[in-house]
Amino acid sequence: MARFLINRLLQSAVLLFGVSIVGFALMHLAPGGPLAIYTLNPTVTAQDIERIKVLFGLDQPVYVQYFKWAGGLVSGNWGYSFFGGQQVREIVLDRLPATFLLMGTSLALALVIGVAIGTLAAVRRNSVFDYATAIGAMIALSLPTFWFGLLAIFFFAQTLGWFPAGGMVSIGDGSLLDRLHHLVLPVVVLALVLVAQWSRYTRSSMIDILDQDFVRTARAKGISPSRVLVNHGLRAALVPLVALAGLQLPLLVGGALVTETVFSWPGMGLLFISVLSTRDYPVLMAILMVGAVVVVLGNLLADIVVALVDPRVKLHDE
Amino acid sequence: MTGEASTPLLKVENLLVAFGRAKAVDGISFDVAPGEMLGLVGESGCGKSTTALALMRLLRDAEIGGTAHLNGVELLGLDEAAMRARRGADVAMIFQDPGTALHPMIRVGDQIVEALTAHLNISRREARKRAIDLLRKVGIAAPEERFSVYPHEMSGGMCQRVVIAMAMACAPRLLLADEPTTALDVTVQAQILELLQGLVREEGMGVILITHDLGVVAGMTDRVAVMYAGAIVEMAATEELFATPLHPYTHGLLRSIPQLDSGWDEPVPTIPGSVQGAELQTGCRFAPRCAKASDACRTPPALREIGENHFVSCWNTP
Repeated sequence: MARFLINRLLQSAVLLFGVSIVGFALMHLAPGGPLAIYTLNPTVTAQDIERIKVLFGLDQPVYVQYFKWAGGLVSGNWGYSFFGGQQVREIVLDRLPATFLLMGTSLALALVIGVAIGTLAAVRRNSVFDYATAIGAMIALSLPTFWFGLLAIFFFAQTLGWFPAGGMVSIGDGSLLDRLHHLVLPVVVLALVLVAQWSRYTRSSMIDILDQDFVRTARAKGISPSRVLVNHGLRAALVPLVALAGLQLPLLVGGALVTETVFSWPGMGLLFISVLSTRDYPVLMAILMVGAVVVVLGNLLADIVVALVDPRVKLHDE
Repeated sequence: MTGEASTPLLKVENLLVAFGRAKAVDGISFDVAPGEMLGLVGESGCGKSTTALALMRLLRDAEIGGTAHLNGVELLGLDEAAMRARRGADVAMIFQDPGTALHPMIRVGDQIVEALTAHLNISRREARKRAIDLLRKVGIAAPEERFSVYPHEMSGGMCQRVVIAMAMACAPRLLLADEPTTALDVTVQAQILELLQGLVREEGMGVILITHDLGVVAGMTDRVAVMYAGAIVEMAATEELFATPLHPYTHGLLRSIPQLDSGWDEPVPTIPGSVQGAELQTGCRFAPRCAKASDACRTPPALREIGENHFVSCWNTP
């Protein structure tokens, strides 16, 4: 186990190194740049732009920029924003809790509801419930999130006035109740899509398992149907879904670009959109790297969890 | 040893199992006396396993007709909760493939414990003790240690011993053994059959042994019912059946057992043709493959008693 972990972490380090190079290169290859915004500004002269370039180090070769940036990252200095000069680490870490709250709640909710719906649909195969949830999932997956978001704002915020239309807290209020109140609409919109996904995954995995011989054996013992379903069926059906959950873990920090934008939720998604338009290189790279780290860790975590719950799976040192 | 001696343990009358239009079992009747072992023989797809699963009420999407009285209780008429109370307690089943019949993620001991606690009001500690006793009884060495082992860590023969222990857990009065040795190595087959025979004698339970292996039938059973395309075509005491087979299909089956003293280049005799769908035919089901077929075979023959407790359904036997 320890050797497996060390091996995987070493592999991950190499992978992250590669990701950083590709990310950095692509960012610099893309047309425009952080200074493009000044070129149309009549009060900023060419000399000014040149001065800013030198100041930010953008006049140096890209590989020098890369090593300066990467060296800083490794030693804990993520750099400074090109706009405002704030520490990048602060900017990113400031935004993380909001996204974590939004995505964590949505994912947890979606897992519980999605697995429940999928299980029921698998048990009552070809029933009205099965068809209704299949159609519902198809609608939720095929219609764009921003449209759902706008619809929710229109009905529940605008027309009915039940929930605030956006933001995380009311100005001058910060109570738990107020925060929960703000959380409802974006969570529901996000969870809708995730529930749709999870109900489909669970259904097909569960149908596979319910046809297995060992489920028949369990029924032949005369144990209760709910015990057969949960202890024997769901226990086996959830194993392949653990890997999937690991893949969705990056959502926790990546945030949801569209939903965060629609509900002006001050999370990573919103930050990403704004720094993407200004080409704030250090912040962009920080978001990219945080995302990549969580992807790698999510997969590692999924592998470990699968090995813990399924005795047939052993962690091998490769 | 036959139906009319005392009251039978199991009395099946006119059992019918249909999947949609296809009749897998078409009105068969037989009984099993307490302590008797009845062999149910026939080629793949003749309805042997379906018969057992119908008695356990473990078939989905099947229409079941007829009656099956176990100690006077009509199994096919019970509601699901009442049937569940019988499964494992009064009638238990051993499945064909021990590799898939056990839950891969649950320790074998716990799977036996579950079979015990489903019907007996005993503490977990007591159930554990009994499960270990059962493991010992089915010939598993070091049962205390094997209790905590997962199925994939055991051999096929060991797994089948566990499946047998599970079936025996609540000392059922009727045991349905569905090809219990088919998936095992030949060397292990004999051990498992010996174990099964010993346990059955000890407990005095009635057994239906389903197999396509006539060698198994000859060595183990008291009586044999031969099935063809969903119907019983011949039924007699084992010795009688092997000595004087009356139905042409039984003849064919006995002739197609490979003989040790036949030449290595002599082909094993086979029955020409293959099983035809029962729903397609009006007369005797075996007629298309039968050398003795005559005009009389266009009307279906009923099972009639020819010798003492020797039943056959054929027009062309004396």
